[in-house]
Amino acid sequence: MTSILTVDDSSSIRMAIRIALSGAGHDVAEASDGAEGLAKARGSKFDLIITDLNMPNMNGLEMIREIRKLPIQAGTPIIFLTTESDDAMKQEAKTAGATGWLVKPFVADHLLKVTRKVLGA
Amino acid sequence: MSGQDPAAAFRIEAGELLDTTEQALLDLTHRLDSRDLIDTVFRGMHTLKGSGAMFGFDALAGFTHHCESAFDRVRKGQVQATEELVAVTLSAMDHMRALVECNAGDLEAESAAILKRLQAALSASPAPVHDAGIAPSTSQLSGDHDGDELPGGPWNVHFRLPVEAMANGTNPLVLLDELRDLGATRVAAITQDIPALDQLDPMQCHMAWDIELPTTVARDAIEDVFIFVMDEMELVIERSEQTLPAEIDGAADAVTTENGSAVVPQLLPGSAEPAGNRPAKAASESVRVPAERLDLLMDRVGELVIVQSRLAQLASAGISGPTGELALRSISEEVERLANELRDTMMVLRMVPIASLFGRFRRLVHDLARETGKTIDLVTDGESTEIDKTVSERLADPIVHLIRNACDHGLETKDERLAAGKSPEGQIRLSARQTGGEVLIKIEDDGRGMDRERVRAKAEACGLVQAGQVLSDAELLQMIFEPGFSTAAQVTNLSGRGVGMDVVKRTIEGLRGQIDLTSEPGKGSIITLRIPLTLAIIDGLLVRVGCGNYVIPLSAVEECIELSLETDIRSRGRSMIQLRERLVPFLRLRELFSTGTRPDPFQKIVVITSGGERVGLVVDQIIGSHQTVIKSMSSLHRSIPSFSGATILGDGGVALILDVVQLVALGQNREERLRAAG
Repeated sequence: MTSILTVDDSSSIRMAIRIALSGAGHDVAEASDGAEGLAKARGSKFDLIITDLNMPNMNGLEMIREIRKLPIQAGTPIIFLTTESDDAMKQEAKTAGATGWLVKPFVADHLLKVTRKVLGA
Repeated sequence: MSGQDPAAAFRIEAGELLDTTEQALLDLTHRLDSRDLIDTVFRGMHTLKGSGAMFGFDALAGFTHHCESAFDRVRKGQVQATEELVAVTLSAMDHMRALVECNAGDLEAESAAILKRLQAALSASPAPVHDAGIAPSTSQLSGDHDGDELPGGPWNVHFRLPVEAMANGTNPLVLLDELRDLGATRVAAITQDIPALDQLDPMQCHMAWDIELPTTVARDAIEDVFIFVMDEMELVIERSEQTLPAEIDGAADAVTTENGSAVVPQLLPGSAEPAGNRPAKAASESVRVPAERLDLLMDRVGELVIVQSRLAQLASAGISGPTGELALRSISEEVERLANELRDTMMVLRMVPIASLFGRFRRLVHDLARETGKTIDLVTDGESTEIDKTVSERLADPIVHLIRNACDHGLETKDERLAAGKSPEGQIRLSARQTGGEVLIKIEDDGRGMDRERVRAKAEACGLVQAGQVLSDAELLQMIFEPGFSTAAQVTNLSGRGVGMDVVKRTIEGLRGQIDLTSEPGKGSIITLRIPLTLAIIDGLLVRVGCGNYVIPLSAVEECIELSLETDIRSRGRSMIQLRERLVPFLRLRELFSTGTRPDPFQKIVVITSGGERVGLVVDQIIGSHQTVIKSMSSLHRSIPSFSGATILGDGGVALILDVVQLVALGQNREERLRAAG
């Protein structure tokens, strides 16, 4: 089973992600902001991290930068959620070390497709 | 949280989000240039929009988008936050609340009206206004492709990933698999750039690939494979000279259509309908519990399970002899301790900080200040005081009423204040603190105070007092709590939708609370609410009167003394005892309840207090303290004064719970009647 960490300050988004992913047989952990996400990423290896960018405490960009420094998460794909198709933001997140992105609003199919895309079938 | 329904979860979350955003907006009124606050407001709307769109709240998402854009411009320094902008945004927040509750289109006109005001507020803002900015965003999963190219292969694809791609989570194998799914016929790896083994960093990618793809694949589909890395990588997609056999058509087609799909607002599995038809109330029924409190509860339950197994063991071994009895007693003590702890832990689970309640009033005061043209400062204190969630909800309306009253009647206008030598801004102070089993909530204003003459005149006009009747100051002030005291003239658009102070008082008493009023002319009024921490369980003192058992709430009990036969006889007709130089009236419950039994030779007096007044209750026997689970009385018996509820005792018997407020009032009345009679 693949373990996926979802980091979002919106609990309904986390719930939607959890339902979609656990329905597809993934194991989903949740964190409600960057700081918590980083703490969880320090604690155990994930196969995929899905994070929002705009969050209190520690935003997604900072968290991605920090996670990329963790040996335990070497090569872990990180997908970020973004509301705009804002190229500047996308570029910044990519530079920070993100693997890919998913534009909100998304449906379960998109999420699963992106998940498959970075994890392989 | 309500299980697996994201739409319901969103509704709860949206409510909380709107609350925090509103707080930030209110703070922003005072500090218009605070970046933190602007960011908080922006982030709140951003999240609301994003989540709203996900769960089918399209009207909400669309509307919020405009407000978000406005604050994005503030955030980027293109416009400045103004008081007007904040005010418009506050009404926009109210509208968002409505949109969260129902997704119907009949709010469209209002949406448009608010957006018009928003636009006006933005244009009026001092900084230059460059961009039109406000236009619904279209968002799509993939990047912007022209998408007009027809399948036109066969293709030769050459790609090389950025060196850090693997470290950043891109797995080339997955990309190759995806290309293979498109129908790649030949894959060749270019390995010449791989450094020698001693210089090789396994997390770096030095390879490149050449792939041949068949005719049927669209260029878009190939680009889509590389969508996440396209900007940094080396990618050449060329039409190949030689024609390849198109063998795996089916797979290719499937992917193409999948990639070409746009974003359709659609619900995720598990969420039924969007908004609308659902009862709106459901959202407020959940309590957010900090994890450590749940852990604590789990601990206790764990201990209970252990004790249970000890008991089971003892039961099967048989209780014999003194050791068995001792073991049983120890288990009984353990269970008692656990039950107490479980009760306390459980109660704490229902507790919420009063801050969430107080938070609502800031908006109220802000609006009232705008409406009345007064400058009003709201000071809150003790927000971390915790209170039962249900109690907190039921307190909202009464406190709204009290604050409205204070703003409308209590506080003077700026000119009046200056004339009276006060600071021009009026102050409303809202404070909470816990004392014993109660929470004290105070609503203070530094306004003109109660006008005794007017209260008196009004009371006489309403027929509550006869002309010439002598009333103490406290009694006179109590008049405002009488039903019928609120006159039509008082029901302005501010101080209430026809709700009088009597309703406030009744609500507070319904919570087993008390309301007190003190007021000093020219200095202001203080209303104190005393609210029990919880509604469900209290510590009580179990007493016996005649052959009935009664519970007196322990928090009201001051002391217990013996009523010797001698004192009893001596006090006949006066029903007063001297307690440390003060006379305390007492009530013989045996007579009050007409038990028809002979008094015990050694009667006791339980001295109870309420609102600073003391009354003694004469009982036959004090049994001891008792954990009282309050059961409400049946509707048939609810109207009987002097009882506030009932409880079930360990032996299955019923004990009535004495209504302290009523009894104290009764005792004090008797005393005054006696005093009046001389």
